[in-house]
Amino acid sequence: MIELTGVSKWYGRFQVLANCSMRIDKGEVVVICGPSGSGKSTLIKCINGLEPFSKGTITVDGISVGDPGTNLPKLRSRIGMVFQNFELFPHMTAGENIVLAQQKVLGRERAAAKTKAFELLTRMGLAEHAAKYPAQLSGGQQQRVAIARALAMDPIAMLFDEPTSALDPEMITEVLDVMVKLAEEGMTMAVVTHEMGFARKVADRVVFMDQGAIIEDANKEAFFGTPRSERAQLFLSKILQH
Amino acid sequence: MGSYNWNWPILVKEPYFGWIVSGFGKTILIAVLAWAIAFPLGSAIGMARTTETRALRVAGTLYVDVFRNIPLLVQMFLWYFVVPELLPAEWGRWVKRDMPYPQFLTAVVCLGLYTASRVAEQVRSGIEAIPRGQRYAGLAMGLTSLQVYRYVLIPVAYRTIIPPLTSDFLGVFKNSSLALTIGVLELTSQARQIEEYTFAAFEAFTVATVLYCLVTGLVILIMRIIEARTRIAGAITVGGQ
Amino acid sequence: MLGGFDFAILWANAPFLWNGMLLTMQLTALAVTGGLLFGVILAVLRLSRVHPLAWLVEGYVNFLRSMPLILVIFWFYTLVPKLIGRPVSGFYSVLIAFVMFEAAYYSEIVRAGISSVRRGQIAAAMALGLTNLQAMRYVILPQAVRNMVPVLLTQSIVMLQDTSLVYVVGLRDFLTSADIVASRDNRPTELYMFVALVFLVVCFSASRLVNRLRRRYAL
Repeated sequence: MIELTGVSKWYGRFQVLANCSMRIDKGEVVVICGPSGSGKSTLIKCINGLEPFSKGTITVDGISVGDPGTNLPKLRSRIGMVFQNFELFPHMTAGENIVLAQQKVLGRERAAAKTKAFELLTRMGLAEHAAKYPAQLSGGQQQRVAIARALAMDPIAMLFDEPTSALDPEMITEVLDVMVKLAEEGMTMAVVTHEMGFARKVADRVVFMDQGAIIEDANKEAFFGTPRSERAQLFLSKILQH
Repeated sequence: MGSYNWNWPILVKEPYFGWIVSGFGKTILIAVLAWAIAFPLGSAIGMARTTETRALRVAGTLYVDVFRNIPLLVQMFLWYFVVPELLPAEWGRWVKRDMPYPQFLTAVVCLGLYTASRVAEQVRSGIEAIPRGQRYAGLAMGLTSLQVYRYVLIPVAYRTIIPPLTSDFLGVFKNSSLALTIGVLELTSQARQIEEYTFAAFEAFTVATVLYCLVTGLVILIMRIIEARTRIAGAITVGGQ
Repeated sequence: MLGGFDFAILWANAPFLWNGMLLTMQLTALAVTGGLLFGVILAVLRLSRVHPLAWLVEGYVNFLRSMPLILVIFWFYTLVPKLIGRPVSGFYSVLIAFVMFEAAYYSEIVRAGISSVRRGQIAAAMALGLTNLQAMRYVILPQAVRNMVPVLLTQSIVMLQDTSLVYVVGLRDFLTSADIVASRDNRPTELYMFVALVFLVVCFSASRLVNRLRRRYAL
């Protein structure tokens, strides 16, 4: 479904991504982890073309992301993305946030879009907050609305960029629960995160990155059992202490 | 502009050249003296607005609200025409008759007090931009309120407000031109005078424009150097208006 | 102290002063409108990808912000009739001066407003599949406008005060009218204090209103 081959990226002289290759099959859940600055956020933003890349190819459902002829907005409408800082549009209510792209990008009728929005919010347990503005919602609630906003587009895959890093500890669970349910329903997911408990639970594979390169790419049991690289071992030992 | 007779050389002839020089000199003098009043006074008022003492805050707010909501030109007229009338008798007489350089001094005082209100606002926002925790940390160590201002708040606040303060400093140079309305022969008025005597409007105004731009450029350059020298890594910045 | 003052003079000259006030308001309204329109155009050009254009606009804005407004008024007052070829009423020359001058300040405010929208918002809009135009229209501009409006209004209040500078070319605005009466009847105190009071009340109330607006619509 998503295939990266030899992806490299430079910011001027500085190399942000070094020859990254990986694939995510339909229905797979891949967790990408690594220390700060390892390039994991950049990599995931390359998948839907938010970040351009210098070398290599990325294809999503057969469509090449780097190809200048590709209709990027159309491609992006088929991939959902959830950001670390939620990025709900502050001048719109929760409901309106979810309706906007359905109407303007997919061309759905406003009534149908509103129904879908309400349906998704109910699934998240946030139905009564539909008319509230983001500033009136907690971080956990905002992030769940953001997930609903992405799901409203009926995406073929979902990308998560550190979805719980900006949340207070007591709200992390409610967001992770939503993500676990999504995974169990068979959504193709790429998740950049530090939450190893989540990885243990639903990930099919874990990818470890450091300094722009993919150091390890193994299935869950292998990764948590006996990581092959020293770097990954060091990282795991530090992060699993909490 | 076919009928316009260009006359650049006239600018270097006397007395016009002398007029330009003296006008420029007056502009700089007014600006510098006014800033000498505005900076300390404005700092004091700005700090007063951040203290715990309600009376100081109210007094500071009153000052700023009055000086910012009356046009500078009106303030100039008030100082020159009205204040001497309102002063107690002997002071009024001295101001009207015996005070040297009445127009010049009035312009300096007026500009200084007006600009002080602007400086006060910058200082206030600079101090308020510092997280409260800093003040508490200082007090918790046993520093007095005054020491907290001196060692914790002011060093940081003044660094962050260099850009907007620069803007206000340049404002003083530009506002010095208002002194011409009460008869001070600063740069703009001299340019106008040359225009009236020689009809070389374009040339005269160009000289004035170039000189103002030069001053602006120089001040910005110096401020950039000061900013670079005094930078604190990872500090907060306050926007300028 | 108050005994020597004759405030009846204000009443006696009310129509004359009122005409001056009308001119002040007219000038302000037209200058704000023109300045804003031109300022928005400048800001858009400044943010465009065409580098020479953006550079030109930046030069214009910095140039106009280095000069005193009085000088700009003198420039246009003497230049506009020469450019057009025939005498032009002072009002129009001065209006053009104000529009050109204030546009530089307005354009900076607009530019800052658009830049103030968080980068993440643009990313989120793009991630949903919105085109550049759609992102501008539905996500960026609504937020930018909300951020800009208080500052634009504050600048307009400054503009109202700036119009008093038409004194230097003798245009009969509120202050100049008061000045004429003050010199003619030798009563500067009453007249200038009245002018100061009027401005104080108007500008103070206006800025209070802007503050209230800012608090209500802040994002």
